[in-house]
Amino acid sequence: MSVPLLQVDGLSVNFRTRSGTVKVLDDVSFSIDKGEILGIVGESGSGKSVLSYALMGLLDDNAQIKADTITFGGIDLNGPASALSAIRGRELSMIFQSPRTALNPIMKVGKQIEDVLRRHGPVSRSNAKAAAIAALARVRIPDPERRYEAYPFELSGGMCQRVMIAMALSCSPSLLIADEPTTGLDVTTQAVVMDLIRDLVRESRMSSILITHDLALAAEYCDRIAVMHAGHMVEIASARTLRSHFAHPYTRGLFAATPTADTELNDLASIPGNLPDLRLDLPPCRFLHRCDRRQADCETAPVPLQAIGTDHSVRCRYPL
Amino acid sequence: MADLTTNLHAQSFWRDARHLATENKLTLMAAVILLLFIVLSLLAPWLIPYDPLAVDSTAALKPPSFAHLFGTDALGRDIFSRVIIATRLDIGMAIGAVFLSFVVGTATGAIAGYFGGWTDAIIGRFMDTIMAFPLFVLAMGIVAALGNSVENIVLATAIINLPFYSRFARSEVNIRRDMTFVEAARMGGNRSFRLLAFHIVPNILPTMMVQGSLNLGWAILNAAGLSFIGLGVRPPTPEWGIMVSEGASYIFSGEWWTFVFPGAALVITVFCFNLIGDGLRDMIDPRSRR
Amino acid sequence: MKIVLSLATRIATAVPSLIGVIVVTFLLARALPGDAAVYYAGSSATPESIAQVRKALGLDKPLWFQFGDYASRLAHGDLGTSLSSGQPVLHDLVARLPASMELTLCALLFAMAIGLPLGIAAATRPGKAIDHICRVIVSVGAAFPTFFVALGLVYVFYFRLGIAPEPLGRLNDTYFTVPPTVTGFYLIDTILAGDLAAFDASLAQLVLPSISLGLFALAPIARIARASMLASLSSDFCRTARAMGLSRTRIVYGYALRNAMLPVVNILGMVFSFLLGANVLVEQVFAWPGIGAYAVNAVITSDYAAVQGFVLMMAILYILLNLAVDLAVAAIDPRVRYDG
Ligand SMILES: Nc1ncnc2c1ncn2[C@@H]1O[C@H](COP(=O)(O)OP(=O)(O)OP(=O)(O)O)[C@@H](O)[C@H]1O
Ligand SMILES: [Mg+2]
Repeated sequence: MSVPLLQVDGLSVNFRTRSGTVKVLDDVSFSIDKGEILGIVGESGSGKSVLSYALMGLLDDNAQIKADTITFGGIDLNGPASALSAIRGRELSMIFQSPRTALNPIMKVGKQIEDVLRRHGPVSRSNAKAAAIAALARVRIPDPERRYEAYPFELSGGMCQRVMIAMALSCSPSLLIADEPTTGLDVTTQAVVMDLIRDLVRESRMSSILITHDLALAAEYCDRIAVMHAGHMVEIASARTLRSHFAHPYTRGLFAATPTADTELNDLASIPGNLPDLRLDLPPCRFLHRCDRRQADCETAPVPLQAIGTDHSVRCRYPL
Repeated sequence: MADLTTNLHAQSFWRDARHLATENKLTLMAAVILLLFIVLSLLAPWLIPYDPLAVDSTAALKPPSFAHLFGTDALGRDIFSRVIIATRLDIGMAIGAVFLSFVVGTATGAIAGYFGGWTDAIIGRFMDTIMAFPLFVLAMGIVAALGNSVENIVLATAIINLPFYSRFARSEVNIRRDMTFVEAARMGGNRSFRLLAFHIVPNILPTMMVQGSLNLGWAILNAAGLSFIGLGVRPPTPEWGIMVSEGASYIFSGEWWTFVFPGAALVITVFCFNLIGDGLRDMIDPRSRR
Repeated sequence: MKIVLSLATRIATAVPSLIGVIVVTFLLARALPGDAAVYYAGSSATPESIAQVRKALGLDKPLWFQFGDYASRLAHGDLGTSLSSGQPVLHDLVARLPASMELTLCALLFAMAIGLPLGIAAATRPGKAIDHICRVIVSVGAAFPTFFVALGLVYVFYFRLGIAPEPLGRLNDTYFTVPPTVTGFYLIDTILAGDLAAFDASLAQLVLPSISLGLFALAPIARIARASMLASLSSDFCRTARAMGLSRTRIVYGYALRNAMLPVVNILGMVFSFLLGANVLVEQVFAWPGIGAYAVNAVITSDYAAVQGFVLMMAILYILLNLAVDLAVAAIDPRVRYDG
């Protein structure tokens, strides 16, 4: 087996707040191979953004990050931040939800891309401008020379997201993290943006982490899918396996709540209960109180993520 | 419905007040100091050692001592007694001015915000016109025109504050105009004015009062500034602004106590008012808590 | 073209304020206690002379007619005649305006030079010593009356330490020659006249009044600078900049600061209101020969034409300064600039 591009083992993130410590991520482990698109799925508040910010080193000062290993392209990122800051934006890049606010409102979008280019390589002024326009053209923005001069408020949401993508890809990173890149866009634009991301990732043989709360979207665009619940990674499998052989009750709930071509809208079931309060002491299985299959020992015995097939792991004592 | 919301308000008010008392010791301290000042000034006639107006040429310009804690001024009057007794006038002027602008500003702002249209446009234009002046300058002009008296200082200070209250009340009412509890009252057959006066305005009062408390310190500075340049308060009335200005002439002969003590009283009072205002704002609007 | 148009609309929005200001100053003059004609006729007036004065001043005409008269005299630059100086009010004010402007601008410069870096430093190091210092300065600064600070500074630096010059005006003309008026700003005129000694002297005279006045403006500037810088630094676009690997300097100064300047520039309108008002008090303490001291004298001696002229001039100045603030905002923010 080849060495994965990104390997994360035992990652935990706590936030110290006034009302106690919030244990947002607990023992998260996964890996991504070169050229692979990994989807991370989970309901709102399950810690998807925190996970990606932890990888990017973007968390607030009140975050405590602990991990056994984080290696990226042979570099150890589990330690001082200097290793990360050397590759951030160049090898490892990210795009965000709500693209309108993610761009500097009073700076021309072309200049913002130029800033990134000039930061990561010796580029002359005129070359930078040409490169920025080329980056805009690459994300299929019509008339890139004119858009170079535009301010974010003059562009539509979808256009802003393309600018974000152009910026993130301008230095050809090997991993692109996309945190709900289509939230807030209308449905047709969503598909266009998703297609664009997939095409660009495939074209340049990058890897990508695609974060979404839409299981159907993940199933369509990703090679593998990881399901998160309350800061635990509860199931990881290839997209195909997950669809047919999901093993975690939460994943089943997610599928039941996802509309497909042949379900009626009122057939959709919602998952009972809410995410647990992450400030409290939590049982080994954080899904416990929403689960209809729980047994007495779910409350006490540890539940590690265990392989139940080739490329299929689940964090449950009584999988389906 | 409205009862329920007020009740909730009251509950969280006491919880927040407790939070404030324990978390924000500074606010509590400011409140205690201020209360002390006010009580002292109310009991002043029985407490102060000298008649604040009594002239004693043999004791002129004496430095602070046990006989005269804050020293004496050029006419031999006891500065300590004068500073204490002046508290009433200074705080009184500020409270009077803030009360006036609070009442008038809330009323005009609520009407503008509720009815909109022409009413709103006219009231808004009026407030804009006040805001078009540097505020202290407008206050000077008003006092000069209406006559040089304490009442007119209060009035002028109230007028220049008016736009803040009016605009604030307008936006607050505007937010609430279409809320469910107002709708419910409207269904219940309430007429517009009743609705405004008994359902919407009580709802915005807490936030408006915070504005008022934030404003008190500023009102004191304003009134004291006007009397510093010789408007309103006439000698020999004890008032901090005029006392500082009387003391100013003795700077060049080194009699510092003539202006330092009344000035310090001014600073401490304003500081306390500002701290209390900040504390109350944190209480009403937890977002500004840091 | 779009920019020119939005500039024109911005200037046009100042017109209603201007009209409002003129109406208010007119009404202020009519609100004088007692009969203005009796007042202007003087103490030895007879009923006939009072009637004569009333006619001459147009006080027997209806109010709207008087207002038309007032407005047309304003249009000709006629603000009436000052009782105490015997000069046209406009002449008096224009002669004294540069002194006030020089002081106000120096105070603003001082407040910005201290307040901005203080607020920024506090926002970039939250919870550190500089943050606490900033908070203390902001809350203490807002509680000190300008006139008290001014007197305190004079007492310490002139009387006690003797390092500040005597607080009597802009330049001691027994030792120095007043420069020929070009701009009216002594700091500039002395240099134009090549008189460096006089430059130093007028600078020395400016220091204490500018600090007294500036301290009052420093608090709101530092407060807003800190708050908006904090908001900017935690904004989505700064997170993006960090994710793209931009350097901290670039993020703080190139991204956060420029955006944080918008609220700061916006608050300047309010700051000018403070400064122009507090100016009166500071001029009083330092015997500064500006329009503030002139106005105080006019108010005390019931020189109504002078007071009216002063209020009007300050209001117009304030409207112009607000216009300048608007234009500065438009220069920074493209959203405002193209919002035609
Ligand atoms: N700085 C912080 N301090 C304290 N708690 C935080 C902080 N940031 C995030 N959290 C908590 O972490 C949890 C997970 O948040 P996160 O934003 O990762 O969720 P998410 O899965 O991305 O949800 P969404 O789909 O809404 O984006 C939430 O409960 C949130 O309250
Ligand atoms: Mg998220």
